[in-house]
Amino acid sequence: MYTTELNDKGRKSSLAPVVAEDPALLAAFEARVSADDFIEPKDWMPEAYRKTLVRQISQHAHSEIVGMLPEGNWITRAPSLRRKAVLLAKVQDEGGHGLYLYAAAETLGTSREDMIEALHSGRAKYSTIFNYPTLTWADIGAIGWLVDGAAIMNQVPLQRASYGPYARAMVRICKEESFHQRQGYEIMMTLAAGTTEQKRMAQDALDRWWWPSLMMFGPPDDNSPNSAQSMRWRIKRETNDQIRQRFVDVTVPQADAIGLRVPDPALAWNETRESYDFGEIDWDEFYAVVRGEGPVAKERMSARVKAWTDGAWVREAASTHAAKRDVRAAAE
Amino acid sequence: MSSEWPLWEVFVRARNGLAHKHVGSVHAADARMAIEAARDTYTRRMEGVSLWVVPSAAITASDPAEAGALFEPAADKIYRHPTFYSIPEHIKNI
Repeated sequence: MYTTELNDKGRKSSLAPVVAEDPALLAAFEARVSADDFIEPKDWMPEAYRKTLVRQISQHAHSEIVGMLPEGNWITRAPSLRRKAVLLAKVQDEGGHGLYLYAAAETLGTSREDMIEALHSGRAKYSTIFNYPTLTWADIGAIGWLVDGAAIMNQVPLQRASYGPYARAMVRICKEESFHQRQGYEIMMTLAAGTTEQKRMAQDALDRWWWPSLMMFGPPDDNSPNSAQSMRWRIKRETNDQIRQRFVDVTVPQADAIGLRVPDPALAWNETRESYDFGEIDWDEFYAVVRGEGPVAKERMSARVKAWTDGAWVREAASTHAAKRDVRAAAE
Repeated sequence: MSSEWPLWEVFVRARNGLAHKHVGSVHAADARMAIEAARDTYTRRMEGVSLWVVPSAAITASDPAEAGALFEPAADKIYRHPTFYSIPEHIKNI
């Protein structure tokens, strides 16, 4: 559903090459990347590139997987069969997106088990947005509209990321993501055109999800230490603030169109920039959530760990069954 | 506990008449489970009419470091391309 680099604040760029790379190989690599050539799994790449990608792609994968939880929470309570079928399909897509991305990260030499362990132990990060609770049905609308909308804006440029398997996963994901955004906006539209109480629900959801959605694009450019290197390596194609601005410019008129109010008193159209000016984001809140202090962070992780632990016997039984059949086949 | 299911590469035939094309990979305990996982992961929107799954370990790939030696000589043999030959304009092409 979404990616950005989520280093804890203060942990300044740790990506200075620790390993001394062969200068000739490095120069050839940099030249290929800056010419928009794709790097494929078995190609030579600097260790820092590999490490950054593993972190970025696995964080993204974790976000897709954890992202199923706030929505899965509402499947049994969807207000109609149509909404239920749609939500099921969307949540299944998120699971699929996680799997495409885990597979892409595995081509860099990390294992699925390692990544899952890193998520469960809290060593790996995932998008801060999923540590906010989904309190009403309108939240499902707001997530599709804003969270998936933000994800699309962030992911479209990554379809041209320099690492082939990542770029290809992004192409598939973007293709599937636009239905997510549209179904969310449709939910908001329906509520906004409904009873006073329904409209109030829609406004309340927008009020709670607006700022966390803007935070999804990551820290401001002047506090995003690894951005320059990632841009040079074409694994990030636009800066956090650029994409955030584009998101605001697109979503504000969408809110206006259905009579909802964006909860930002500083929001104003800027004639000269032909863009919206908007208020200061509460970065303290953002960093607190990154550190794991989000309102439902513990709940999310315990739900993930429980699903993994409860499924252990199924994984073992399948392995045992496969081994037994192999032995039987060999004996025949 | 390192009992991770093996990795399988997934190939999809988009429609009859086209070759199977690599789309990604899945973990599965056996081939049948790999087909089922590939179906759920890679063909949720009518992307295909047929699936192949191959144990990733069974694939031997060429070494990118040898790509020069393997593929470069082809560039020297431009006489393998029809444009290498000049035939008068008034002669009809086959």
